[in-house]
Amino acid sequence: MTDLLTLSGVHTHIGSYHVLHGVDFGVPAGQTTMLLGRNGAGKTTTLRTIMGLWPASSGQVTLAGQRIEQRATPDIARLGIGYVPESMAVFSDLTVKENLILAARDAALDDSRLEWIFGFFPALRRFWLSRAGSLSGGQKQMLSIARAIVEPRQLLLIDEPTKGLAPAIVVALIECFAEIKRRGATILLVEQNFNVAQQIGDSVLVIDNGRIVHRGDMAALAKDTALQEHLLGLSLEAHQ
Amino acid sequence: MTDLAAPEALPKPKRDLLPVLLPVILALAMAPLIGSASSWVTLTVASLAMGMMIFIMASGLTLVFGLMDVLNFGHGAFIAVGAYVATLVLLPLAGWVQADSLLLNLAVLAPAALLAMAVSGALGLVVERVLILAVYGQHLKQILMTTGGLIVAEQALYALWGPQIIPLPLPTSLRGSFIIGDIAIAKYRLLAMLVGLVVFLGIQLVLNRTKIGLLIRAGVENREMVEALGYRIRRLFLGVFMVGSALAGLGGTMWALYREQVHASMGNDLTVLVFIVVIIGGLGSIGGCFIGALLVAMVANYGGFLVPKLALVSNILLMVAILMWRPRGLYAVTSR
Amino acid sequence: MMILSGDPPRSRVLSILLVIIIAALAVTPLVFPGAKAMNVATKICIFAALVASYDLLLGYTGSVSFAHTMFYGIGSYAIAIALYSMGPSWAAVATGLAIGLPLAALLALGIGLFSLRVEAIFFAMITLAVASAFLVLASQLSWLTGGEDGRSFQLPELLRPGTVLISKDLFGFAVNGRTLTYYIVLVAAAAMILGLLRVVNSPFGRVLQAIRENRFRAEALGYRTVFHLTYANCLAALVAASAGALNALWLRYAGPDTSLSFSIMLDILLMVVIGGMGTMYGAIIGAAIFILAQNYLQTLMSVASNAAADAGLPLLPGLLHPDRWLLWLGLLFIASVYFFPTGIVGRLRAGARRPLR
Repeated sequence: MTDLLTLSGVHTHIGSYHVLHGVDFGVPAGQTTMLLGRNGAGKTTTLRTIMGLWPASSGQVTLAGQRIEQRATPDIARLGIGYVPESMAVFSDLTVKENLILAARDAALDDSRLEWIFGFFPALRRFWLSRAGSLSGGQKQMLSIARAIVEPRQLLLIDEPTKGLAPAIVVALIECFAEIKRRGATILLVEQNFNVAQQIGDSVLVIDNGRIVHRGDMAALAKDTALQEHLLGLSLEAHQ
Repeated sequence: MTDLAAPEALPKPKRDLLPVLLPVILALAMAPLIGSASSWVTLTVASLAMGMMIFIMASGLTLVFGLMDVLNFGHGAFIAVGAYVATLVLLPLAGWVQADSLLLNLAVLAPAALLAMAVSGALGLVVERVLILAVYGQHLKQILMTTGGLIVAEQALYALWGPQIIPLPLPTSLRGSFIIGDIAIAKYRLLAMLVGLVVFLGIQLVLNRTKIGLLIRAGVENREMVEALGYRIRRLFLGVFMVGSALAGLGGTMWALYREQVHASMGNDLTVLVFIVVIIGGLGSIGGCFIGALLVAMVANYGGFLVPKLALVSNILLMVAILMWRPRGLYAVTSR
Repeated sequence: MMILSGDPPRSRVLSILLVIIIAALAVTPLVFPGAKAMNVATKICIFAALVASYDLLLGYTGSVSFAHTMFYGIGSYAIAIALYSMGPSWAAVATGLAIGLPLAALLALGIGLFSLRVEAIFFAMITLAVASAFLVLASQLSWLTGGEDGRSFQLPELLRPGTVLISKDLFGFAVNGRTLTYYIVLVAAAAMILGLLRVVNSPFGRVLQAIRENRFRAEALGYRTVFHLTYANCLAALVAASAGALNALWLRYAGPDTSLSFSIMLDILLMVVIGGMGTMYGAIIGAAIFILAQNYLQTLMSVASNAAADAGLPLLPGLLHPDRWLLWLGLLFIASVYFFPTGIVGRLRAGARRPLR
């Protein structure tokens, strides 16, 4: 299996803090890869480094054979990466429709694709012309994800999508991620909730103190509770 | 494109209308104090005209701050440069300016204003590249750099045009007033109001009806996410900076004609006024800037009529009052 | 070391420069008793103190104020108005100080509480607006301030130039009231700068720097940042008003141009940035270089301008005209913010550290 995205020896500094200490991993094409780890382990930083928002100070980031670690964020995005940040970052002053128009970039909104999105996020159809700022937290998360998939993207970077959401919405999101994968996208997903992670993930990466400490099959890790305990420690219990 | 009806639309968020009503309330409240209807109309028209001109000058500043978190302390330089550049057209063609023909007058005013905007806009390009690009995200250095730019620009104007005040007479057909009953309305003020309204509506149209406008509004709220969606916001910013500078140049030209004189220190004087407007409106808010400009002009005109002594500090009092009510200005931009 | 509060110049070149400047200032009345040299030396002393107080704000708290001349002006006007209306007596000087200094501190407190809660940029804009309103007030309230003409006044007997304290026969040079005034200015300025040096090296000064570096962290550590910033603002205003009082005493005059104008504010900014922000010593260096340049560079520019005019060069005579010297200083200012953000003192200190590595 080929890797769509690879990081090798990536170091990232934020101000005077050295956050990533040589991160190496590959994200196999067409799969959903989970990135797990404690708070502050470097998960969000990893995604932001890939996007060029906190550029790597050394190391290589390769997307489909192209080196991207030196490129500016907009250029990286235009290579076909959809990004769903932890804060969701919907444009609250804009309507749902306007948020998606911006996300579609130069393309017009595609009706059939919208119908597909409305299929698992019906709320977006209902609130189509409402200001995004007036949506609930779960609806904002749906909009943020819809923005990343309104046009076909080869890679999706999704940061803690289920954080703070009601269980019913989490179920909808899990269904959505499966749908997106079926359409052929590759996903790198940061998740704190192991229950959710084991339902979505094909493979798994565990990061700690800015280094990848485990890579493997999601199913294998799901079975091995001792390893889970060892890698994820207390954060696991909190969710089970 | 699917244009879906929104049968179950959320209850519309309450639009914050109180600031919009403020100028209206102020104007109505002043009417009985002023007494005579004709004075009230004259003062109100004067306020609207002055407010529109200040708005034109301030709009660029507030947009640039909102979009890129850059406060240009040298904004006044663009105002002064615009006024000086306009004299390059208006003074040699004084014959057309003095001709008693609206057509000839406008035929010289329009190119003067356009040239002023072009030069100020081009200067904006240079300032953004040379002074501001190097200090993005560093407020302290931004203030210092752009203040330095203001000094240099003002001195360069003195060096090029000399320190004397340049008289700039109004075109003949724009002098005087329309008389309706016992109410006199200065013609130039009407023109200023018209231009100001066109600029305001133009900005609103661009912001609300175009993709560029969507990008600017999105960028004001979350610059990073706009970049992560694949837009080169730096380029967008440069564009907004140039447009803002050009508008300052236009405002400077209009202000110079209003005062019928040009002087390099006008940049400094107007900077203060423009800052007060931008603070009152809420840093980054165009609507707030518009209302703020009207309020400042109203307080100056009504105040000057009722309590001339108070007019000296009326702007500050207005600013203090507004900030007591809303510490971040009339319309605080959400993400800041 | 005690007198420097444990914060020495930390660079040999800087120390030598400071010693030269201070020694020159100390002997000016004896060696260069001419009016121009005395005026230049006094202005250096006054501005060194004024710029040092501004450095407390800009360099140590990172807040840009455009109202510093307002406080300077309050000090100047308080002395001028008191001496003008009460006659030339020491009681009038005391009254001026007793009114001017608290007024400055009170205004600073008001502005600080009002605007220091939010971002630096807000503070800068508010101070600019308040200062410009104050300038308009001062030039319009003619019955109090003398309007655009300002207020001239008589000094107490002891400080007048005609008062000979030690005649020339004794040491070979005369010590008159003017000389005494000069030394009062010099000593007061030195005391203020040393006082400020003590402040920035106290625990309070460290908190200010912590706030400058990261306001949120300072707040999280439990410091009431608004209180600290406002306190620094008041302290800076007090020193600025004192410097203004000295200025009025020296000039026997206070007016909008000499104590309130926006161009003085720009001068202060230039001096603090060129000298070196956040160093205190930068104030002395910056003031000395700037004021020497202001007074002697203009002569040079005049020569160059005339030469360019004689040679028939276009534009150059205008650009080199002595009145345009601010143009060149402005360019220097931008260049120093850009290339030497730490100013002369920062450069010298960096140069002094390098061999140790």
